[in-house]
Amino acid sequence: MHEMALCESVLAVLEREAQSQSFHRVKTVWLEIGALSCAAPEAMTFCFRAVTRGTLAENATLEIVRTPGRAWCMDCSDTVTVGERYDPCPLCGGYQLQVTGGDELRIKELEVA
Amino acid sequence: MCTVCGCGRPDMPAGKDSHDHDHHHDHGHGHSHDHDHDHDHDHDHHHHHGHGHDHLDFGGGLGGVHVPGLSQARVVRIEQDILAENNRYADGNRRLLAERGVFAVNLMSGPGAGKTTLLVRTLEDLRDHFPLSVIEGDQRTDVDAERVRATGAPAVQVNTGKGCHLDGHMVGHALEHLDPAAGGILFIENVGNLVCPAAFDLGEASKAVLVSVTDGEDKPIKYPDMFAAASVMIVSKVDLLPHVPFDVDRCVEFARRINPSVEVLRLSATTGEGLADWYAWLERGRQAAAEPA
Repeated sequence: MHEMALCESVLAVLEREAQSQSFHRVKTVWLEIGALSCAAPEAMTFCFRAVTRGTLAENATLEIVRTPGRAWCMDCSDTVTVGERYDPCPLCGGYQLQVTGGDELRIKELEVA
Repeated sequence: MCTVCGCGRPDMPAGKDSHDHDHHHDHGHGHSHDHDHDHDHDHDHHHHHGHGHDHLDFGGGLGGVHVPGLSQARVVRIEQDILAENNRYADGNRRLLAERGVFAVNLMSGPGAGKTTLLVRTLEDLRDHFPLSVIEGDQRTDVDAERVRATGAPAVQVNTGKGCHLDGHMVGHALEHLDPAAGGILFIENVGNLVCPAAFDLGEASKAVLVSVTDGEDKPIKYPDMFAAASVMIVSKVDLLPHVPFDVDRCVEFARRINPSVEVLRLSATTGEGLADWYAWLERGRQAAAEPA
């Protein structure tokens, strides 16, 4: 359940930003979670509620933006979209893939007050 | 006082320590003010969401006064990597290890794949050649560090408590106490878990993942993040292959679907089979780390 630790990191960022950007309440958090990242969106939502209880982000809405997995197929010399790390290349069926995107774990935006 | 992060944690005794390190900040320890009070305060009284962050200015609305019902919502773009904090600690660890010329290996696997057994055998076989040290991660107990110290190698046990993985901050603290010697190898034995440790950079040079032949050969595709992160996969307990249906080639094929460049070693810490390849792999890493940058 590393999503708990990830959500604690999110909260630490919110608290730091609250100081530097002078807000005292977080209403919405937009997270970008890539299809190939190590975080499960449902677990993030669950942990976020637990971690933010009694904080400036209590009851904040967590909006998760999913980004597709992207990989470079060495055999096709082309960029392809993959759903999982173990998926074959949709063009040639091979596994000579290097992940080039979709492993993001980022806080994009906040709605604050 | 912690010099890694200034977290105020007292020094832990070197060697034996149940480092029950909560590396997070002390949030959520609220004093909540549920009472309604409409009267004006001329002091800052944070009555919204009780929590103990005295440094947060909750009176930071218009004119410095919070006016209930007046929405001041705005959108702030921040674009921050969630793991940035961990990665800062990991970068600090990596710098320290590079300055010393220490080769650090992060050993990961599910529980029971033989990490500690391989580690103890490795320490016994290599201890006369160069300095070896160990950071042991477990949820609870000092058992593994005791096994390691019995070989004569210095070891720091990190107990993660409820945590399911080591992170860069915990390893930074452990390094302060371990003080690994130049030109040596640091083994970081992560918490037995094929999921969570994959996400957390510790500042190591290499991640090694163990799969034992008593596991399923489909571990790589079941836990792809771990195998994507590893630079070497160690198939352990190969002395048991005659007794189990494990197909090594199929396991390697699965691992290379996830990570086409992953190196593969096959060994048994019990019989010694394949250990020479493992030691050669370690020696290559050690020499690369010891070369001045």
